[in-house]
Amino acid sequence: MNLQSEIPLDYIVVLSAVVFFVGLLGVVIRRNLISMLMGIELMLNAVNINFAAFNHYLFPNRLEGHFFALIVMAIAAAEAAIAIALIINIYRRFATVSVDDVDELKY
Amino acid sequence: MTGPRIIFYILAASIVVFSILSVTSRRILRAAIYLLFVLVAMAGLYYMMNFQFLAAVQLMLYAGGIVVLIIFSILLTSQIDSKLDPPKFSHLLGGVFTAVGGILLSTITLLQFVFKPSGIAAVGTDIRSVGRQLMDTNLVGYALPFEVISVLLLAALVGSIFIARKDRV
Repeated sequence: MNLQSEIPLDYIVVLSAVVFFVGLLGVVIRRNLISMLMGIELMLNAVNINFAAFNHYLFPNRLEGHFFALIVMAIAAAEAAIAIALIINIYRRFATVSVDDVDELKY
Repeated sequence: MTGPRIIFYILAASIVVFSILSVTSRRILRAAIYLLFVLVAMAGLYYMMNFQFLAAVQLMLYAGGIVVLIIFSILLTSQIDSKLDPPKFSHLLGGVFTAVGGILLSTITLLQFVFKPSGIAAVGTDIRSVGRQLMDTNLVGYALPFEVISVLLLAALVGSIFIARKDRV
């Protein structure tokens, strides 16, 4: 399948911009830590689409964007694991996952 | 309208609709399921760009790993039948203003630039050439980032076990 001849690159880049800012909206309007984490995952994925699309359209002779997207995915997995460990720990101490109620640095 | 074009429009529409639903839904478990749909549609997009390995990793790591992790943490931390608080008006105003303004600004900026497909012959993206390049130590290889990422994943593993441990010393 060859997307290059069917869809202009602009469409994919605009799609990725829309998903990025929707993820940003999720981070801003929600006060629940897990919802904010989901917004961050959306933003990371939007960036990954850009890497893959630029690789496919502009420089298909090397797989730079492909591997960059793979590494971003590994970082995102590590980040999600750490974030969820922190969220579980915060829930155990404060019995809530709302960022407004978790406002003490040292317990 | 050809087949790939229709598939792309379906994927793009489902990505946009489900990402907006995932952000605006007030039931957090539903938001996680909508996020899963977005991630699966993105795997389809990678598949259309001939990055089969990336699509498989997206399905395994995000749909199989991160979403399951998020659902587990939702089950551990929230009541299932409770709804999220509606956002404060100032947050909603700021968020919608930032999002719509950002989308408009980046779309206008992007549409002014003309991207020309380079037309260079594509390198094979089958699993054999991906694996060869990933483990290659030459100029076009990615062995060093691969090793660095493995050390990072080990550190994240140890760190998350340490953070989530119950009996802290």
